[in-house]
Amino acid sequence: MSTIASNNPKPRLAARITGWFTEWVSDWGELVISSCVALGDFCLFVFSTFRWMFSRIPKGETLWPNFYQVGVSSLPVVALTGTFIGVVLALQSSSQLGHYGLTNQLGGVINLTLVRELGPVLAATMLAGRVGSAMAAELGTMRVTEQIDALSAMGADPIHYLVVPRFLACLLFIPTLTIMADFMGVAGGYFYSNIWLNIDQHYYWTNSAKFVNNFDLFTGILKSLFFGSAISLISCYQGFNCKPGAEGVGKAATSSFVFAFIVILILDLSLGLSLKAVYESWYPGGTY
Amino acid sequence: MMIEQLLDQEQEAIVDVDKLSVTFGSQEVLKDITLKIPPGQTLALLGESGCGKTVLMKSIIGLVKPTVGKIEFDGENINQLTARQLSRMRLRYGFIFQNAALFDSMTIGQNVAFPLRQHGRFSDNQIREMVLSRLSEVGLPDSVVFKKPAELSGGMRKRVGLARALIMNPELIMYDEPTTGLDPIMSDVINELILRTRSRNPVTSIVVTHDMHTARKVADRVVMLIPRQRLDPGENQVIFDGSVKELETCRDRRVQQFVNGEAGERLMEMRANGHDQ
Repeated sequence: MSTIASNNPKPRLAARITGWFTEWVSDWGELVISSCVALGDFCLFVFSTFRWMFSRIPKGETLWPNFYQVGVSSLPVVALTGTFIGVVLALQSSSQLGHYGLTNQLGGVINLTLVRELGPVLAATMLAGRVGSAMAAELGTMRVTEQIDALSAMGADPIHYLVVPRFLACLLFIPTLTIMADFMGVAGGYFYSNIWLNIDQHYYWTNSAKFVNNFDLFTGILKSLFFGSAISLISCYQGFNCKPGAEGVGKAATSSFVFAFIVILILDLSLGLSLKAVYESWYPGGTY
Repeated sequence: MMIEQLLDQEQEAIVDVDKLSVTFGSQEVLKDITLKIPPGQTLALLGESGCGKTVLMKSIIGLVKPTVGKIEFDGENINQLTARQLSRMRLRYGFIFQNAALFDSMTIGQNVAFPLRQHGRFSDNQIREMVLSRLSEVGLPDSVVFKKPAELSGGMRKRVGLARALIMNPELIMYDEPTTGLDPIMSDVINELILRTRSRNPVTSIVVTHDMHTARKVADRVVMLIPRQRLDPGENQVIFDGSVKELETCRDRRVQQFVNGEAGERLMEMRANGHDQ
């Protein structure tokens, strides 16, 4: 019987295809299950962070270094990025608007784009790259060298001691970083438009005031709060769940940035849509 | 006599591990471990790498959750405690990690003072005095207080780890391979410190080690574990539980191989199993 089966190529091919299919289903099943487990684990991590944040405020000695790291050390790089983006926006938009004779509208276009979208997204991206990766690498190293276990062994809760201060630092300081990115972008765009493109500053600012309103400023700041929370939680989670060795720490740092960036983009889109709906319900007939 | 001793242990055990099993994913590291440790005893936990010694010790302190079974410390099931209760309970433990696990971002003084600042209500002066006193007990000068862990040698870091573990006067001290990676003299310094700690306070100690010299020198009782893969069907993972003297005369081939540091047929076994156990 087995001889007949082995001589017949069709059943062997069928068995091989079935084997591949089973393996494919099993791999996808494993991926789905592990993703669900990771998501559930992340939700518990977030829940635990919020529980500790509201039950006991961390000590100053853990807060100040994180505030400095996020709020002060990130400021120059965010300011520099904001300035260049403002200038580049002016450079690219001027030629496009020039085709339609709308160069005077440049201020409105640049400032609206900066305040509503680019300022918060760029500040968040810089924060994810500069601070988020560093957080994941630092906490990952602490996990690998048993320092997180040592904290638990001495009766300190690692989430309260390590995560809550980082979360608060990102949450409280990302609005200031966003305002800085907005301000420097607006300044960069203005100087380029005024000095290089000779656009009349009266039209530049009048159009800016016409395009940008308080709701746009609020939108940018609100978005940044969500971005800051996501960056800190994702980075700390990656660090806490770091695999052993130098490779594990490297992967934690990289994946913290990649996940944070993807989440920033998803949040940006969903918040953009939600805020548009809110604006239109508050100001019927107004265009967002 | 033996039964009386066992009964005595049951009544007084400060650490009571009951049918503990720990599984990570599909890997079963510990199965059906039962262990009672009376107060004041120094227990050496021996066994080859990967047999679950550190996992057992981390389970006792609640850092690893058991898959099955329970662990009691001083009559309280530690797996039923809330996070805050467990945090308070851990003040009664001292844990010396294999590589000391000192906080890189802090100075030595801040590391040793950490448990005091975390829980105690001590003034800065009291903390400074206690830190210097603990550092001096483990033979470290005052000058190390402002150094960072990276500036110290391995032996010094282990002694700082010991000073940090002792600062809250724990009732149970756990040493995870305290002499690994140290030269013979520094290893013996650590052994002496373990003995001195016990002579000063009636403390219960668990020492996870591969070092037979350490086990012979510091242990009242020795427990030897064996990796799950090497067990015969139906056999318990604890292959030896007795005094150091009994360990030397134990007839179990695996125990003798460990005591004498002989590979025996292990290399053949590893090759046959196709992995490095």
